[in-house]
Amino acid sequence: MRGTLFETDKFPPPPLCKRGEKGTRWAITAPPTLFLLAFFLAPALIVVLASFQYPGEFGGLAPLLDAGDGREHGLTLENYQFFFSDFLFTEILLRSFLVAAASTLICLLLAYPVAWLIAKSPRQHRDFLVLLVILPFASNFLIRVYAWMIILGPQAALARLLNGVLGAFGLEPVSLLFSPFAVLVGMVYVHLPFMILPLYTNLEKHDPVLLDAAQDLGANAWQRFWRVTWPLSLPGVFSGSALVFIPVLGMFAIPDILGGTRDMLIGNLIKDQFLGVRDWPFGATLSIVLTLCVLSLAGLAAWAGRRRRGEQ
Amino acid sequence: MSIRVSHLNKRFGNFVAVDDVSLEVDSGELVAFLGPSGSGKSTILRIIAGLETADSGSVFFAGQAADHLHARKRGVGFVFQHYALFRHMTVAQNIAFGLRVQGKSPGEQGARVHELLDLMGLAGLGERYPGQLSGGQRQRVALARALAPEPQVLLLDEPFGAVDARVREELRHWLRRLHDEVHVTSIFVTHDQEEAFSVADKVIVINRGRVEQAASPAEILDHPATEFVARFIGEANVYEGVARGGQVAVGRLQVPADGLPDGTPVCAVLRFYDLKFWKEDQGIARVARTMTLGDRVKVEAVIDDGPVIYSQFPRRSSLLAGIEPGCRIHIEVTLARLYPHNVVEGITVSA
Repeated sequence: MRGTLFETDKFPPPPLCKRGEKGTRWAITAPPTLFLLAFFLAPALIVVLASFQYPGEFGGLAPLLDAGDGREHGLTLENYQFFFSDFLFTEILLRSFLVAAASTLICLLLAYPVAWLIAKSPRQHRDFLVLLVILPFASNFLIRVYAWMIILGPQAALARLLNGVLGAFGLEPVSLLFSPFAVLVGMVYVHLPFMILPLYTNLEKHDPVLLDAAQDLGANAWQRFWRVTWPLSLPGVFSGSALVFIPVLGMFAIPDILGGTRDMLIGNLIKDQFLGVRDWPFGATLSIVLTLCVLSLAGLAAWAGRRRRGEQ
Repeated sequence: MSIRVSHLNKRFGNFVAVDDVSLEVDSGELVAFLGPSGSGKSTILRIIAGLETADSGSVFFAGQAADHLHARKRGVGFVFQHYALFRHMTVAQNIAFGLRVQGKSPGEQGARVHELLDLMGLAGLGERYPGQLSGGQRQRVALARALAPEPQVLLLDEPFGAVDARVREELRHWLRRLHDEVHVTSIFVTHDQEEAFSVADKVIVINRGRVEQAASPAEILDHPATEFVARFIGEANVYEGVARGGQVAVGRLQVPADGLPDGTPVCAVLRFYDLKFWKEDQGIARVARTMTLGDRVKVEAVIDDGPVIYSQFPRRSSLLAGIEPGCRIHIEVTLARLYPHNVVEGITVSA
């Protein structure tokens, strides 16, 4: 049985709107709703449809209806069969998930202390520190990624130092650039603020008295973190992780610029299908497979979250 | 376990929160820190718990200095003003927290939690979350959580401040009964006199970071040590005047001031219940208003050539016979308290 707060028993919630307000409510919600219908739902449905179509002769899509010229038309499962026919595609998908998971984890490990420090700093400094976190957004994303090409490049101090050390031990020099390492660095660098901000927003709201209480009950610093701060920060951890994981999963620019030929991720593959080999239906199929994977993962996380809180 | 605090000082910037406070609490006693808000009583409590560090001075538990002891090693249970429950844990997990971080076995934890749920009248609520409880229930969970590790000392910071009046009344009785049962040395902070007097064995009145008086409730009521205590405790009329001929004149009312040399500036504190009014046409005051406050009636009168004076009588008291707005009365002062005038501070009843 769910517990009820007696306040809500005594005072039923006021009705959300009176009759006269209905028009106003519609006027406010209609434009964004229509926008989403036209520019999100409709395109998404078009992609779903495209994933079941044949490719057109010169790219694009083959017609749905028979034009009488003997060309392929109508719907097919061929694209999905093609995806599963070669393990290469699944491998790219899995590698993308691995990179996304690793990036998310590294972001979390780096962002948590930063967010915690900002939340603990004097109130008058916090806005400035948050500004510093989002300051990189003021410059262009591609320029920042290209900057990493220089930092990680073979002539840069970093690579020379590393290879000098390796050489001293008689090891082969390595390339930092065009490697999975470079891709991870780029992913983490670009997405770190998306992890810091939700974590900070969460940690800032924590009542310091809870830590006093835990301390008074005998909890040491680690127990105070692990049993109080961490579980209470989970909503921030989850939203930050989603904000990092999902964009990283679809990212193609960073592996394009910083990765080697073997570091292709699902984002690159999809981009190539649309812009390179112009096989729109297969690109659409890859998009759908990726979306389904993300959605089922999100569903799983939500289910696990509800179970954790003991709800049904 | 007895507690002794000696010459405690604490400043926050320029604000002196605790000013040379020394006090003693005997083992097994239930003591109230009573004072207006901002008087430093919570800070003293937090210093005793080790949650705050004093600038100077010492805290002794059973005669042993505890200043070097970390809060988590002091064996002090603390009940926070707004419960400070862990909202991500069930009631049972909240109560078990102290035992859990001390590495007690799940069996031990479970048994103690069960025992406390019963003791606190919370049986059956162990699996609820704090958000699903009423204010009074949350307060009892907070108490159970503080008591679970069997502390030697229990400190409660405005424990009933956040619940409504009726629940507060219940919780007071209940805290008294609990203390009689468990007998842990307890200090609670309150700004509510009724709460302090109805629950505590000893009341320590604190104002502006200083101890004004530490005594039994009756002692404080009957023999307030300072002007602040006299003004703050109970409802009183406060007048400033000068002693002359063994009396202080407040308009036509003469307040006895035996033995005071002429010309001494004094502050006279007259408790509502230390005054008698009766109807007399040649009286020295005129009744302005009568206010019925439940079982009591408060009478407001204006002294001839003087200020307003209040008294209070039981609703059906014979003293009230014939007293109504506009009638003239005589005033008898059964007990007056006079304090040297140069230490005036705190609330001034309009004169």
